[in-house]
Amino acid sequence: MKADLTHGVATERPSLFESIASHFVLVLAVAFALYPVLWVVSLAFSTTRPAGGGLLPIPHEPTLAHLEAVVLAKRTTVDGTSWIFGRQLANSLIVSLATAAVGVVIAIPTAYALARFQFLGKERGVRALLATQMFPTVASAIPLYLILNALHLLNTRTGLVVCYASTSVPFAIFQLRAAFEAIPVDLEEAAMVDGATRFEAFLRVVLPAARPAIAVTALFAFMSAYNEFILAATLLGKEEMFTLPVVLKRFIGEYNADWSKFAAGAIVVSVPVMALFYVAQRHLVAGLTSGGVKG
Amino acid sequence: MISRIYAAVLALLALLIAAPAWAAPIRLWHGYRGDEEKALEEILSRWKGAPVELLSIPFDAYDSKLAAAIPLGEGPDLFIAEAHHLGNYRARKLLAPVTTGDAFDAGVFSPQALAAVTMDGVVWGVPLSQKCLALYVNTDLAREIPEYLEGIAELRGKLPARVLYPLGYEPRQLYSLAALLSAFDVRPLDEHDNYTFVGPHADRAAELALWLVEQRAIPEDADTAQIGNLFRSGQMPFVISGPWFAADLQGKVRYRVAPLPKVRATGKPMRPLLTVESVMLSPQGGARPEVRELARLIASAEAAAVRARLGPTPSARTDVELPEGPARAFAEQARTAIPVPASVAMDSVWEPANQAIRKVLRRDAPAAVALAEGKRRFDDVRRPLPDAASPIPLALIVGAIGVYFALRWLRLAREERWGEGLRRSLPAYRYVAHAVVAVGLLVIAPLAMGALTAFTAGNDEARRYVGLAHFVAILTARGGPLLASGSFYLVLLVTVAWAVINVFFHVVIGVALALLLSRPTLRLKAIYRVLLIVPWAVPSYITALTWKGMFDRQFGAVSALIAWLSKALGLHMEPIAWFSSFSTAFTANLATNVWLGFPFMMVVTLGALTAVPADVLEAAKVDGATRWQRLRLVTLPIIQPTLAPSVTLGTIWTFNMFNVVFLVSGGDPDGTTDILVSEAYRWAFTRQNQYGYAAAYAVLIFLLLSFATRLMNRSPEPAKASKSAPATTEAA
Repeated sequence: MKADLTHGVATERPSLFESIASHFVLVLAVAFALYPVLWVVSLAFSTTRPAGGGLLPIPHEPTLAHLEAVVLAKRTTVDGTSWIFGRQLANSLIVSLATAAVGVVIAIPTAYALARFQFLGKERGVRALLATQMFPTVASAIPLYLILNALHLLNTRTGLVVCYASTSVPFAIFQLRAAFEAIPVDLEEAAMVDGATRFEAFLRVVLPAARPAIAVTALFAFMSAYNEFILAATLLGKEEMFTLPVVLKRFIGEYNADWSKFAAGAIVVSVPVMALFYVAQRHLVAGLTSGGVKG
Repeated sequence: MISRIYAAVLALLALLIAAPAWAAPIRLWHGYRGDEEKALEEILSRWKGAPVELLSIPFDAYDSKLAAAIPLGEGPDLFIAEAHHLGNYRARKLLAPVTTGDAFDAGVFSPQALAAVTMDGVVWGVPLSQKCLALYVNTDLAREIPEYLEGIAELRGKLPARVLYPLGYEPRQLYSLAALLSAFDVRPLDEHDNYTFVGPHADRAAELALWLVEQRAIPEDADTAQIGNLFRSGQMPFVISGPWFAADLQGKVRYRVAPLPKVRATGKPMRPLLTVESVMLSPQGGARPEVRELARLIASAEAAAVRARLGPTPSARTDVELPEGPARAFAEQARTAIPVPASVAMDSVWEPANQAIRKVLRRDAPAAVALAEGKRRFDDVRRPLPDAASPIPLALIVGAIGVYFALRWLRLAREERWGEGLRRSLPAYRYVAHAVVAVGLLVIAPLAMGALTAFTAGNDEARRYVGLAHFVAILTARGGPLLASGSFYLVLLVTVAWAVINVFFHVVIGVALALLLSRPTLRLKAIYRVLLIVPWAVPSYITALTWKGMFDRQFGAVSALIAWLSKALGLHMEPIAWFSSFSTAFTANLATNVWLGFPFMMVVTLGALTAVPADVLEAAKVDGATRWQRLRLVTLPIIQPTLAPSVTLGTIWTFNMFNVVFLVSGGDPDGTTDILVSEAYRWAFTRQNQYGYAAAYAVLIFLLLSFATRLMNRSPEPAKASKSAPATTEAA
C-alpha cells in the first residue's frame, strides 16, 4: 500500500457510511462557520437593512452602492484629491506583512535556542515570556504611546510594525519551539557528521522541516496585525496612516451606525486575509521528514 | 557677478513666496463622518490661512486620545466636541478659554447654547449647533397630535391594522428617558452633583415608562434603524427622536416635527436634554491667534448656512434664517430643552441610570428598588479616591525583598557556578539576544509602566501614590457583600467559567474537525479548510457585532431560526430575550466566542498532525490496534505537547477576551456577564477615568493567570515520557 504522508489516524479506505458522515459533519460545521459572514455579505449588498430578519441571508434589493462608497472613498484636502481607501488598504497590508516577517525572523532563532540548548536563565526567560501574554493589552496602550513618542515613531507604519512584531514574538516563540522540539535531533546530527556547522544544519535541515509551523506562525502574526484595532487607533493620528480596522470602526458612530458601509468595508478587509490563508495552507502539508532517518 | 546677484534675489523672492507654505499646519479633530464631514470640508475650503489638517476620530476613542495627546503637544489645536464634556476636559487641562472680543461675540448665540459652554463664568467653547429630541409625526397616518403622551399610547387599537406600535421611543437610554423624567421634575443630576434619579417622583416616571411598554405602545426593544424602517413604511405614526433621524426620511414619507407632548399624570410638558456641539481650543491652539480665527470661521453664519443644508439640526446662532419645517420645530423645542450638565460627575450618571431603568423595564425589580440601587452604584463610583499614602512602608518591604533575593542569587551563583554557566551559554545567547531586547523594550516595559499605575490614584497633577489601597478595595469588594453584583469575586467566578467552558468547546470542536480533515481519502479537503477558517479571518469586532445583531429578539437570525424550528416541530416557543437574563446572555457570548475560536485550534491541530509519522501508525496497525486505539494511544499523545502551549495561550486569551463580552452582551443584564477585563475597562473609561484602579485589576488578572498556568504546567510531565515512545518504536 502506498505510504501515505498525510498523517492522522486512518490509513485505510473508509467505508461509504464514514465518508457520508464525515462530509455531513463538515458541511454542518461550514454552515455554522459561514452563516454570520453571509449575513454581513448580504447586508453589504442590500440597499436597506430589512426590518424583519429573514432566515436566509439573501440581499434585499441588491446594490453595489455601499461597496463603491467604501472602496472608492476619496479625500479632498488642500493638496488635492487622493484615493484614501487605497492608501489605508496599503497601510494595513504593509504593516501586517512586515509584522509577520519581522516577528518570525526574531522568533525563529530564539525558539531554536529554547528547543536545543540549555542555557542560563532559560527557564526564567520562558516564564517571563508566558507572563507577558497574561496582561490585558488595554493596560499597555498608553505607555506604548509614550515610548513611541520618545522614539519619534508615533504616527508611522514603522512604529506600528515595531509594536505588533514585539507583541507577536512571544506567541511565535512558543509555537516554533514546539515545532522544533518535534523535529528529531538526529537530522541535525547527521548533517553535522557530514561536515556542516550547527548553524548550517539549522538553516538547511531544521528550517525546511519546520516550514509548516513557520507558515502558520507567520500567518497568525499577519492576521493579528491586520485585525488589530486598539493600538492602531491610539498610535496613529493621521487619516493617511490609518489601517483598515480603524477606518471600519469609524462607520459605527454613537447614534447612527452605517451598518451597510461597515459591512461592505468588512468584506473588503477580509478578502486579502482569506486569500493569504488559501496560499499558505498548502505549506501545512509539505515538508515532512520523507526519508529522514530510519532506525 | 550680475548673474549671481540675480540668482540671490530670485532665491530670496522664492523664499518669501514659499513662506506661507511653511506656516505650521493647524490640527483640527472632530468625530464626523459622511455628510457632516463633507460639510466641514466645504466650510474649510473658504479658509485662507495656514493649511488645516483634519482628523476624524471615532467617538469612543475621542476623549482618551485627547487626554493622551494634548499634554504631549501631539494633540489638535482645536477640536469639535459636545459641550457637556467640558467639565471633564477642563479637569484634565485640555482647554484654553475662549475670550470675548475678536474671536467671539456672545450676543449672537442662543441663551441655552451659551449657558452650555460657560462654566464658572468663563466661556470654554464656541457653540455650533444644538440637538434635542422632538416628536416626528407621519401626517398621512395622524391628522392631529394628542396633547398627552398617554393619549398617544391609547391610540393603540384605533389605528389601521398595519400599524405595529403607535410610538417609537427608547426609554432604556437615559438620554431619551430624561425627557419623560423632566415632566415629573426629575433631573438625573442636580447642581450639587447629587444623583437625583431616585425618589417617589422618579419611581412614578419609571412606572410610566413601564406602562408604555406593557401597553405595547412602544416596542420593547428596537434600535434607531428599525424604528426608522417602521416610520418610513407607515407602521408607526409617531417617533420621538432627534434631527439625525430626518436624514433617511427624505421623500419617503410625509411628516412634520412637533414639540414633545405633555404628560397627563403631572400635566407638565416633556423637556428633552440639549446637547450643544461646539468648537474648543486646546492650550497650544489657544496661543495662536490664527487658530482663534479659524474657530470663528467654523462658528460663523456662513458656516451655519452650509450646515443647515445637511438637515434640520438648528444652529446655535440666533441670526441664521431657518427654513420652514423641521429645523424651526427643533429650534423651538430647544428653547425649553435642558442642557446636559457639564460637570465631571455627569459621566458617571449614564451607566447606573441605564442599568436601573433597564432593570425596571425587564420587571426584574420594582422601580423603587432598582432606582435606589442606581444611586448606590453612582455613589460608589464617585467615592473620593484614596489619599496619598507614604511610600516608605512599601519601599522598606521592596527593599527587604530585594536584599533577600540578592543574597539568595549570590549564593545560587556560587553554588551553581553561574560564571561558568554564563560562558557556556554564550553561543545560545547569540540566538536570543535580539528577541530579548525587542520584547524587553516594547512588551515588558509598557506592561511594567502600566502595572505601576496600580499604586497610584488620580490623574495628572492629582496623581498620588496610594500604596495597596486599590488592591484592598478590590479584594474586599469595595465594602459590599462579597458576591454582590460588580464585586470582584462574582466577576472572577464568571470569568473562570467563561474561560473553561470556551476552551473546552474550542479544543473539542477544533481537534475533531482537524482529525476529519486529515483523513487522506477525504475529497474537497482544501475547500473545507479554507471555509472553516473564515471565522478567524474576519476581524473579531465585525463578527461580534454581527452576532449581537443575530441574537436580537425580534429581528435577529437566531430568533428567526428558533421560530422556524418551533413551528416545524410543533412547539410554541416564545421569542427569547437573549440579553435579559444571565444564562441566555452568557450563552450568546459563548456561542460567539466558540465560533471565533475553534478555527485556531483546528489549524494548530492540523499542523501538529503533520508530525505524526505514518510509519508509527503503520506499525501500530500491524500490531492490531483499532482506529480508536490508534487515535487514543498514538496520535493524541504525540500531538499533545504541540497543542499544550496553544491551549494554555488560548485559555489566557479567552480569559482576557474583551471584544466579545463588550460588544455582544455589553455586560447585560446589569453587568453580570462582564468578565474581569471588561470590568477593568469600565473603571478606566466610564467611571471617572480611574486608571489606577483599572491597573490594579490588570495586575490581579496577571497574578491569577500566572498562578493558574503554573498549576496547568505541572501536567505536561507525562507527555515527555510518551515523546520517547515513537523513538523506541522506530529503533525497534
